[in-house]
Amino acid sequence: MLIKNATVLTVTKGTLTETDVLVKDGKIAQIGKNLAAPQGSKTIDATGLFVMPGIIDAHSHIAIDGINEASSPVTAEVAEGDVINPTQISIYRALGGGITAVHAMHGSANAIGGQCETLKLRYGTFDNDAMKMEGAPRTIKFALGENPTRVHGAGNSIVPRTRMGVEFVIRRSFSDAKKYAEDWDNYNKNKLVKGFRGAPPVYNLRLETLAEILKGNIIIHCHSYRADEIFMLLNVCKDFGIKRLVFQHVNEGFKVAPELAAYGAMASVFSDWWAYKFEVYYSTAYNAAILTRNGVVTSINSDDAEMMRHLYHEAAKTQKYGGLSDDEALSLVTINPAKQLGIDSRTGSLEVGKDADIAIFKNHPLSVYGVPQYTIVDGIVRFDRANDPADMRLMVDPKQNVEDASVLSDKGRDNCMDGTEFLFGDFSDADKK
Amino acid sequence: MKKIQLLSGVITVLLCVLVFHIDAQNPKGKYGTFALTNATVETVTKGTVKNATVILSDGKITAIGENITVPQGAQVIDCKGLFIYPGMIDGGTNLGLSEVGSDPRTQDHNELGDVIPQMKALTAVNPNAVAIPVTRVSGVTTALSSPTGEMFTGTAALINLHGYTPDQMFAGFEGVVLNFPNTGRRGFFDRRTDEEIKKASENAMKRLNEVWERAVQYHKIDSATKGKDAGYYPEMKALLPVVRGERALLIEANASKDILAALKWVKERKINKVVLTGVSEGWRVADQIAKAKIPVITGGVLELPTRESDRYDQAYANAGQMSKAGVKVAIRSAEMGNQNYRNLPYHAGFAVAYGMDKTDALKAITIVPAEIFGVADKLGSIEVGKSGTLFVCDGDPFETKTQIKQVFIEGWQIPMVSRQTLLYDEFLKREPGVNKK
Repeated sequence: MLIKNATVLTVTKGTLTETDVLVKDGKIAQIGKNLAAPQGSKTIDATGLFVMPGIIDAHSHIAIDGINEASSPVTAEVAEGDVINPTQISIYRALGGGITAVHAMHGSANAIGGQCETLKLRYGTFDNDAMKMEGAPRTIKFALGENPTRVHGAGNSIVPRTRMGVEFVIRRSFSDAKKYAEDWDNYNKNKLVKGFRGAPPVYNLRLETLAEILKGNIIIHCHSYRADEIFMLLNVCKDFGIKRLVFQHVNEGFKVAPELAAYGAMASVFSDWWAYKFEVYYSTAYNAAILTRNGVVTSINSDDAEMMRHLYHEAAKTQKYGGLSDDEALSLVTINPAKQLGIDSRTGSLEVGKDADIAIFKNHPLSVYGVPQYTIVDGIVRFDRANDPADMRLMVDPKQNVEDASVLSDKGRDNCMDGTEFLFGDFSDADKK
Repeated sequence: MKKIQLLSGVITVLLCVLVFHIDAQNPKGKYGTFALTNATVETVTKGTVKNATVILSDGKITAIGENITVPQGAQVIDCKGLFIYPGMIDGGTNLGLSEVGSDPRTQDHNELGDVIPQMKALTAVNPNAVAIPVTRVSGVTTALSSPTGEMFTGTAALINLHGYTPDQMFAGFEGVVLNFPNTGRRGFFDRRTDEEIKKASENAMKRLNEVWERAVQYHKIDSATKGKDAGYYPEMKALLPVVRGERALLIEANASKDILAALKWVKERKINKVVLTGVSEGWRVADQIAKAKIPVITGGVLELPTRESDRYDQAYANAGQMSKAGVKVAIRSAEMGNQNYRNLPYHAGFAVAYGMDKTDALKAITIVPAEIFGVADKLGSIEVGKSGTLFVCDGDPFETKTQIKQVFIEGWQIPMVSRQTLLYDEFLKREPGVNKK
């Protein structure tokens, strides 16, 4: 495929005008002027259009059929990779917003939640596993503050009921995992010794997973809001030697930006959401700019099937709130989330050799008038604004006869709590958050 | 020695001024005569005026034009390279009625009871809600604050976002809110069966008709007895001006079926002051809405399509499609959940990106809501004699990066700070940093 004559926003290597992008075998093969189209290849005339790296949402809950295993404060053994649903219409709608990859996350009901999955939006496949971004590092959801204390302490009367309890649950879990890993190490060493008669330790998937975090093989993505709890987890991770740490939402990250930067922890934030619960009352829309200026690798995420369709617009808000440059703003939804998911060698910028994950816009993507025209995943056009039919469902529910026309906006809802409503008795406003 | 004393005195005074200036958590607005010079004025109703001066005096716009003499004593604000727009009006908020979404103790928009039009939003509007400065520094100067709930949820009030009592904030419009019986699912959290939904909507329709019949009866008795012997029925009394066509009925309806049912219901009862709100499937029945000559306040624009089978951008396109069909369209943000009414211009901007005429979109957040609320003599455009409610910005107000430089509400110059800007000032370069020194 050859994308002709575009303004190319590489994000990492500047902006190139009247430039072509050649895609071959799902990768970016060449970027330059007046490239020749190989025989038989598709050409997209992008004259007057803007080509940017496919947008990456570091916090989403689409394309999965279960979000919260809210049965215990620690559920490291469960994995979103087991419940992928490639037929959700939200996947196509996200493509309509230039998204090519998402971090499909477990919810925030538990202090240590389930494992997450990095997906490519290969809409059209019915194969669950084909949605997974092969080779992406493993990640896991943690959660601090109101959600785990409300679900377990207030809802089930078990620790944690407070932020103190949350720290304790995490420290105890890591200590158990450390012991578990040592037991296995000892066993594996001793069994080589002639005459050894001991039994192996009991296999435990939860502790197995936690031990992989300690070994640096799983990146923690931690739902958090308040400065004190963010600082707490930095200290816990320091004590257990954990380096790979990304804070999610992190509305008060701006208050501990120097500490986050010094530790090398990253932050994935909302552009401007606030006021939907007490722990986000002292927020500021300048959060992303303050974090960026303090040297924290920052991304802007959605946690929402609607907002993810205009993350480019959410990124642009950092130009209003904090005056970030075009490249800084675009980085928030491309190369930075790629770094946070550990996939930046494959995606997040337009560079030769990277995956051909590309969004093509009419008008600059940081303009409110920017409209995605094509979204390309691994070199395949998955969204074509001019030519796709209106109804893009892969599956139709034959039983559905009542239409869904929501009365009021659901905006500001914390989707992380999906699947825990039963714990709170009714569906009043407060419990949706 | 004296010199040193004098100097230290001066320094002390200076320091005090400086400290007080920095410590002032909520700086006060300023009132007086202002001359905004060298601006490009987007009047909305009378085109664009370049190199213009706008004079604000005694709360009103007293002059607009190229060769305006600046009155003596006026504070001059040079707006070279800047633009002046009328304050934006958001017809979908609960500003002042909600502080923290998940905390019921801070929620005053949802009273018990299904027929409670006598519950007045204006009673509970907190003039010091943190979201008010956050909203107004982005150029949204006026908002409809609406009660929520079951059927007749209360009486909404239009407020200007500056003042210390609800009366000072009141912008001259109140309307009764009616959630029209919904035949659809309420949202993702609504797990009722199709049968249950059908039954609930039939019951709601029956209840609505009974209530309205009673209101009409009450009106007849009240008229016959000249207001003396109708008895104490506060909910009926609150519906009286609606029955008589003196006060607007704001009907929330979203599914196309419900919109058509609402149009029919209104026509049969000859209710003559009606506004449709929400209207997310208005595009399906735009011709019928236009024919009924009922204005709509639609939005938020930044929403998902209502049906899985709909085109992905349907919610973005809805306002423009209705407008093209001849419907009078105002756009609201409806960002109650996160109190982000400051995003109103982006809702309008997205409507433009997905097909709405840009002039119509600007009108949809200025003069059209002013007309719908019957306050177009004061708000919604830059005209001599109107309220000094406007903002100054450095570009297209729909564009995300545009900065709002000045805001005036009823002639008051609004301090350009909110808690969110104060946090930015404090934490951009935090002191102490990592080490406590």
